[in-house]
Amino acid sequence: MNNRLKILIKGIIDVSPLMIPVVPFGIIYGVIGMDLGIGPYMTLGLSIIIFGGASQIVLLQLFSGGASSLVILSSVGAVNARHVLYGAVLSEHLSGLKLSWKIILSYVMTDQAFAVSNNYFKDNNKNNSQHYHLLGSGFTCWTIWQISTILGIVLGSVIPEKLGLSFTISLTFLALLIGDFRKFKNIIVMLVSGVVATIGYNIIPFKAYIIVAALSALTVATLLTLINLKKK
Amino acid sequence: MHWSLIIYAGVITFVTRFSMIFLLKKDILNDRAKKILSFVPAAIFPAIIFPPIFLDTEGFLDLENNPKVLAAIFAIIIGFFSKNIIFTIFAGLMSYWFLIFVYYQ
Repeated sequence: MNNRLKILIKGIIDVSPLMIPVVPFGIIYGVIGMDLGIGPYMTLGLSIIIFGGASQIVLLQLFSGGASSLVILSSVGAVNARHVLYGAVLSEHLSGLKLSWKIILSYVMTDQAFAVSNNYFKDNNKNNSQHYHLLGSGFTCWTIWQISTILGIVLGSVIPEKLGLSFTISLTFLALLIGDFRKFKNIIVMLVSGVVATIGYNIIPFKAYIIVAALSALTVATLLTLINLKKK
Repeated sequence: MHWSLIIYAGVITFVTRFSMIFLLKKDILNDRAKKILSFVPAAIFPAIIFPPIFLDTEGFLDLENNPKVLAAIFAIIIGFFSKNIIFTIFAGLMSYWFLIFVYYQ
């Protein structure tokens, strides 16, 4: 089999288990869109144009609450700010690509695709077709997200809320961190992030608690790294 | 809602994803910066994980008989030993369902 196709399929397979919670999440999003009365085209339009679950739901929540466009767009920016860090991490592996590749891969760079493809890139640094992994993982997310949005628009809430499937979103991200559980420094960084986000959830405006928590945790990571360098 | 709002939001989202991939050139980051950036998943994912687990729907801290906390701890233990993403997700979900449908009934 063609090497690029192999890597593409590896990306699809690696990200697939993480798609379990994306389906109910997409359906919930589709239902919210329809409930707010923006219609099927706009509900799907958001999924295609923005392609970011959290940003889309924040946008709808704020819009239905009568927030101004400025507040809505600031919040979307704050919710998305973590992608800047993902881009910085992946740039090392993607900087040599053509502009068209960078545009396509940026469009599909979700949390899940970033997580699995970043792991793949770390292990396959010398391979010059490695970006096909992100293409595979990213477009898998994209396809699942669009299909589940449509399911939500057409079928409504088909998945009973009491199953608590929203909890699987937390579980997927938790599962993505299993490689960090054995490293003491990473545990400290994770705790800082989690605690700051939990405290900040209610008090930080524009839904910016994720990026505030992430930057706090990265500051601690920087300090830990510098202390470690001094010891050597 | 106006389509222009959706398009602006889409552009903002795209720019956050594209900016660093576009701006950073190869080998611009030294080893120390790379080391710090390797903490990015550990710095971001807990901020997504913690609030929905520890806070109730009104946003108050919920620590008493919280099945999500117990199921997350169980998932962490399974993840620690199995090092397997799928086992970890299923262990968490199964223990959560056991707690809400059997134990707390």
